Amino acid sequence: MPAKIRIRTAMLCLLCSFMLPLFARAANPPDAQPVILIENATILTVSHGTIEKGSVLIKDGKIAEVGKSIKAPKDAQVFDAAGQFVIPGIIDCHSHIAVDGSVNEGSISVSSIANIADVLDPDDIDIYRDLAGGVTVANVLHGSANSIGGQTVVIKLRWGQPASKLPFEGAVPGIKFALGENPKRSNFSIPGATPRYPATRMGVEETIRTAFAEARDYKKSWDDYDKKLAAGNKNAIPPRRDLRLDPLVEVLEGKRYVHSHCYREDEILMLLRVAKEFGFKVRTFQHVLEGYKVADEIAAAGTGASTFSDWWAYKVEAYDAIPYNAALMTRRGVLVSINSDDAEEATHLNQEAAKTMKYGGLSHDEALKLVTLNPAIQLGIDKRVGSIDVGKDADLVIYNHDPLSAYAVVQKTLIDGRVYFDRQRDIAERDAREKEKKELMEKEKKAEEKKSGEKNPMEKSPVKRSPRTSPSRPKRQALPEVLCEAR
Amino acid sequence: MKRAKFALRFAAVFATACCFSLVAYAQSQPPASYAITHAKIFTLTGSPIEDGTLVIRDGKIAAVGANVEVPAGAQVIDAKGLQVYPGLFDPITQMGLSEISAVNATVDSTETGAYNPDVVAATAVSPSSEHIPVTRASGITEVLAVPDSGGFDGGGSRGVIGGQASAIHLAGWTINEMLIKKSVAMVIAWPAIQTRTFDFATFSRKEKPFGEAKQEYEKKVNELADYLESARHYAQAMGHGGPSDYQRDLKLEALAPVVRGQLPALVFADRARDIRNAVEFCDKQKLKMILAGGEEAYKVKDLLRSKGIPVILRPTLSSPSEEDDPYDRLLAQPAELASAGVKFAFGSFDNSFARRLGQQAANAVAYGLPYDQALKAVTLYPAEIFGLADQLGTLETGKVADVIVTNGDPLELTTDVKFLFIKGERTSLDNRHQRLYEKYLSRPKAAN
Repeated sequence: MPAKIRIRTAMLCLLCSFMLPLFARAANPPDAQPVILIENATILTVSHGTIEKGSVLIKDGKIAEVGKSIKAPKDAQVFDAAGQFVIPGIIDCHSHIAVDGSVNEGSISVSSIANIADVLDPDDIDIYRDLAGGVTVANVLHGSANSIGGQTVVIKLRWGQPASKLPFEGAVPGIKFALGENPKRSNFSIPGATPRYPATRMGVEETIRTAFAEARDYKKSWDDYDKKLAAGNKNAIPPRRDLRLDPLVEVLEGKRYVHSHCYREDEILMLLRVAKEFGFKVRTFQHVLEGYKVADEIAAAGTGASTFSDWWAYKVEAYDAIPYNAALMTRRGVLVSINSDDAEEATHLNQEAAKTMKYGGLSHDEALKLVTLNPAIQLGIDKRVGSIDVGKDADLVIYNHDPLSAYAVVQKTLIDGRVYFDRQRDIAERDAREKEKKELMEKEKKAEEKKSGEKNPMEKSPVKRSPRTSPSRPKRQALPEVLCEAR
Repeated sequence: MKRAKFALRFAAVFATACCFSLVAYAQSQPPASYAITHAKIFTLTGSPIEDGTLVIRDGKIAAVGANVEVPAGAQVIDAKGLQVYPGLFDPITQMGLSEISAVNATVDSTETGAYNPDVVAATAVSPSSEHIPVTRASGITEVLAVPDSGGFDGGGSRGVIGGQASAIHLAGWTINEMLIKKSVAMVIAWPAIQTRTFDFATFSRKEKPFGEAKQEYEKKVNELADYLESARHYAQAMGHGGPSDYQRDLKLEALAPVVRGQLPALVFADRARDIRNAVEFCDKQKLKMILAGGEEAYKVKDLLRSKGIPVILRPTLSSPSEEDDPYDRLLAQPAELASAGVKFAFGSFDNSFARRLGQQAANAVAYGLPYDQALKAVTLYPAEIFGLADQLGTLETGKVADVIVTNGDPLELTTDVKFLFIKGERTSLDNRHQRLYEKYLSRPKAAN
């Protein structure tokens, strides 16, 4: 068993031992997909305008009907959302939640061998917190320590489901690239460690070019091999698999999206040049804080831009960052989204999108698209999510106020037609969770005392993580024993 | 030839004229008085005045009300449909002390060493920092520049006594013109019992036994107590003669007003245990304490209220410190503190996020804080907490005219500041971001 899986399994077992009593209590959402009617709400469809006092009918996890008045089917749960607002689930195009451990395999400059999908942590509390902020889909990326970083995965925030149920079915996988200060390690140094190539933006370009030159040759060796096989040569020797180059071949074949972290205008144009040279597409520029300077070039390349609302000045390459970036790029024809890069920031992406109405004068609809339909298109999942249209996944958020306001609070978040977050339920459960935590801590303390025979075990033993309680989540199957063998 | 000569002469004359006009421009005095008329005025001393007039003269608010005469010679700003508020006050920033947080050469916020009571923020505030006009454009007219305040720009390690915080207006050619008060509080980073630390050598988290962490903590607190004791003796000596009678110690001298209870201690602490310890310590040492941070202030709200200790709250838009905490823990805390009678103000604890101050306050309203409390927590309350409310915080006759005119609720995300006055002068809203926006807005379409 590979070491990574062993550690992972050990972690899972550890978590299981904490969580099992909690699962026993959790009682929602039910396994059968309920029919839900949300009525009397202001429906911000994003794709076809706003419906006042409108309704959305959900069946089999999909949006079955959207309109002015829909008659509730017999068995439907009805949410009276009078005075409330419904929007499509928020899509965060740059997230690092639900990752177990570090997001950076920082030792090498081409870390395409690493895959975030291998280390998803379904128990990360940030999944729940982001759900409570209306996020339903996140593009979970590797860090930005490498010119070519690790493989990435799009997830749905199905809190309570196992790691295997998080990935967005059928979403095109991605790979993280990074340009500028981070891959050249400008602001990071580990004392005593040898500097890593590249240390300049010139070197970043060459790192990427070299990797793609290798990937091309590698692809050719496989193509040649396939040709030989097809020609009936049974003795053809297959090339040696290169796990580092495989994802880059997928990029060349258009089967894997490139999401590239970048800041400065020059490095943005650099990557577009390199992509042209090797014949691949850059799907999105991430952060892209100087995107407004080269918006025409980005638009012409058909590359999306996913940026921050108003972050600036935390490093030199962010000194020309302006909060007008999203609006200016939008006006120049770039497909723009606003992302979080941070679990907390993700909880108010609706507010961050609203700022583009102030900075650059986007319309209400345009602003809302920045965190719904636009990121859906950028991630190639817009047939399934991103707007309130019949046939799309019932990923919806209900707010008590216009979501493009600092006064709006999420009331419910639905994914696949199930309520994964409900503010009233969360509040109602708080006392019970508090009580449960106290009991667990008491139990742990007693066990410690018994074990060590000392009155105050805290003085001697290292501090331990206290037992966790979590907001309720759907039942999930106990892990098969084979997974726990590492114990 | 002749024509060329003429052109030359014309150019010379033109240039001279330009020079004159420039000089005239630079030396021209701004109008001494303004009248903002037909505005809805939120004085924060009572209900808003509909269709009111606010008169500014010689840097001060000269009159405010519904039936106020526009004085002769005043520049009139017709603010029909607009709203007038006191400028916002961000009580914890590194304004002017830090430009680009990742670049050490641009950061002057944290001195080395554990005890630096003598260092003063105002000394290192760069009046040309780009953060100042950017922050100003969001309606913030005054801030505290706070040394050693941690936060995003705070750098790595923190001392125990960080130095003196200075209150500044966000306008002025020099620090002298910006300064409200050089020393408004002494920064103390309360030595927390820290079991979890980050080790930069291995770039990983480290945990240490509680006992060990507690010993380290006790050692630091004892040192602090000793230090204050020395300061107390020193202050006594100061009372018995001039500097020629004793050997001067500038650090202890700086602490004298603190141990005399004249200068408040701005104590940074977040966890309930640390806050309790800090309160007990300040009580014993007879220090006038202001709590900064206060992530778990709600757990000790009765203590804070009974001791009359105000809080500068860390941004409400932050993740709760414990996984088990309710997701809205920090968003809901201000409402809880307000109903418990604890006085607080919101702080950005930052530079580049200072313009989120209104957003922080509005989010607290979304989670239950009464709106008028939120508005005061970014205007009047910080002024009161730092003893500046006789000059700032409300729109009252005689106060310094730090005034904003907006097209809506100043806490809401989409509201624009239309006019801004600092010390009674109409101050530009232009800033680096606006300039870059306009520059690239007019970039001709790229050929590609």
